[in-house]
Amino acid sequence: MPKLLSEKEALKAYRDMLLIRRFEERSSQLYGMGLIAGFCHLYNGQEAIVVGIQAVLNPVDTVITAYRDHGHMLACGMDPKGVMAELTGRIDGYSKGKGGSMHMFSREKNFFGGHGIVGAQVPIGTGLAFAHKYKEDRGVSVTFMGEGATNQGQVYESYNMASLWKLPIVYIIENNHYGMGTSQERSSAGPNYYGRGQGWNIPGEQADGMVLQDVMEAAKKALDHARSGKGPYILEFDTYRYRGHSMSDPAKYRSKEEVEEVRRHRDPIDQFKAYILKTLKVKEDQIKTIEEGVKAIILEAVEFAKNSPEPDPSELYTDVLKEVTSHV
Amino acid sequence: MFKSLTVREALRDAMAEEMVRDETVFLLGEEVGEYNGAYKVSQGLLDTFGARRVVDTPITEHGFAGLGVGAAFGGLRPIVEFMTFNFSMQAMDQIINSAAKTLYMSGGQMGCPIVFRGPNGAASRVGAQHSQCYASWYAHCPGLKVISPYSAGDAKALLKAAIRDMNPVIFLENELLYGQTFNDVSQDPDYVLPIGKALVRREGKDVTLTAFSLMVGKALEAADRLAEEGIEAEVIDLRTLRPFDVETIVVSVMKTNRVVSIEESWPFAGIGSEIAALLMEHAFDYLDAPVMRVTGADVPMPYAANLEHLALPQVESIVEAAKAVCYHS
Ligand SMILES: Cc1ncc(C[n+]2csc(CCOP(=O)(O)OP(=O)(O)O)c2C)c(N)n1
Ligand SMILES: [Mg+2]
Repeated sequence: MPKLLSEKEALKAYRDMLLIRRFEERSSQLYGMGLIAGFCHLYNGQEAIVVGIQAVLNPVDTVITAYRDHGHMLACGMDPKGVMAELTGRIDGYSKGKGGSMHMFSREKNFFGGHGIVGAQVPIGTGLAFAHKYKEDRGVSVTFMGEGATNQGQVYESYNMASLWKLPIVYIIENNHYGMGTSQERSSAGPNYYGRGQGWNIPGEQADGMVLQDVMEAAKKALDHARSGKGPYILEFDTYRYRGHSMSDPAKYRSKEEVEEVRRHRDPIDQFKAYILKTLKVKEDQIKTIEEGVKAIILEAVEFAKNSPEPDPSELYTDVLKEVTSHV
Repeated sequence: MFKSLTVREALRDAMAEEMVRDETVFLLGEEVGEYNGAYKVSQGLLDTFGARRVVDTPITEHGFAGLGVGAAFGGLRPIVEFMTFNFSMQAMDQIINSAAKTLYMSGGQMGCPIVFRGPNGAASRVGAQHSQCYASWYAHCPGLKVISPYSAGDAKALLKAAIRDMNPVIFLENELLYGQTFNDVSQDPDYVLPIGKALVRREGKDVTLTAFSLMVGKALEAADRLAEEGIEAEVIDLRTLRPFDVETIVVSVMKTNRVVSIEESWPFAGIGSEIAALLMEHAFDYLDAPVMRVTGADVPMPYAANLEHLALPQVESIVEAAKAVCYHS
């Protein structure tokens, strides 16, 4: 295994994964307390994917995903306070409380959402790639989707255009093997997803999404490909979501043993911790410090999100249209 | 300063001028480049601006509408041409869920400056799947602007305004108008019209006729006929359907006290229904007769020539409706 990470980078990656895990655990609690409502899709179990990808991105690159988006936002450096306040529907949330869990954005971090329509983010991400190419800014669009989303026709419309026009884009399929209650076997014909670009001459590759170093290695190759003008690339990551599809899903379509098995043997955070302790000779007290730091950040985010006021009623009619009409 | 041009040429000039003015404006759609447009609206643009800015797409409406939205998020100003708006139904999710709502859902952070344009409404003898008016479909949705011009001058000045707008704009053209010539096209590249303003195309004191796009022509013809019978009709060209210019209609109704709304789409929940409701709210005391709607028939568009004629608003039916609200026999 090539050493992709310095000690500093490794500790940051560990911290970012842990931040996402703890953030989601607290979201779940706040949901139970009625402070978060509606659809809320947790990312527990899939953390290595966003953190591994983010580690190889440049600031100019753009990221877009679907509704299971808290991890993507935290990984790209958005403030946990603003994300949590959006979950509680408050004015200091990233969307002033008007978007909620599935709809947050950050122009500053080049995070383009947060989309609730399964598959819709794929052509939009392809458009971001079109803009990168048009502007010649050397950016790459990183477009995430679930394995369930890959059965939407618009994904293949996007593959076709991206390959036809050699757009700088990496499509990332987070294969957690379920789309709501429907397993991969019941939703998808064909052996895999990374190979579905073949008809459009798009190279694809599969990697273990539970192993951060594997994610990074695959991502680096894919990003290099896209950045060098060779067009799109598809990455499929084998992963697993620990929680139900959303907060209302008790996940009865799979066995407790199945979940336990992954948690015990393949957990991305445990695996990475073991790796850095052993290979990078990171010390236990360094880990401890990180854990405490994360705890404090989450605590602060929760307090912030509880205390931020609800949007003023006058916000109901703002942001429907941009008032400025002319530019240049 | 005003020149005589067809609507087709006016639309092309609007795009060309805006592409010169702003390097981020580009045209995307089926057959817009090498073929010069299915209806030749983009004639010559590929030659002038090259394939980077005049992009021929595969037949992939859902995909390229979404791609346009992403390009707009990414800092460009796409003009997305639908060969006809009938095919925009394939793309409606991207237009409404992605383009129209993201500004709101992001608390004002995002925004999507994009124009979706193309011919709308019935052409001629092309049957049900290719003859449909989307005005009320799109005008229903907050977060969109919806424009549907009649004359060449308006088509040019409003398309330029749409391209400069910071919001998603639906620009509904009409195939039967493309070849019509109007002597009202400004040659000033800085001339734009405000979106959201109707125009009184003919003044009259007895009855107000409201219409947009092709139907403005029918309303004007009806007004000529009515004049022969001593009824002076005021004709309002709505031009924009969202935001809607209620004021111009109310001011007219304060004078005429009677309204006939004309549109080629279906009656149920149409633009005419909205006008009737708005007048109840804003001009109830000024109405001397119920608002009447002249609309397309409540059926899928038939192919047979006689049936198609019956399915669309005709000058006779407008004249009849106007007389009815004037209680004139
Ligand atoms: C167009 C559309 N159809 C259906 C839904 C409802 N829905 C939300 S998530 C989901 C499953 C998607 O599964 P997958 O793409 O594998 O993503 P995951 O939830 O596993 O991250 C469905 C059916 C939706 N939001 N949008
Ligand atoms: Mg899934």
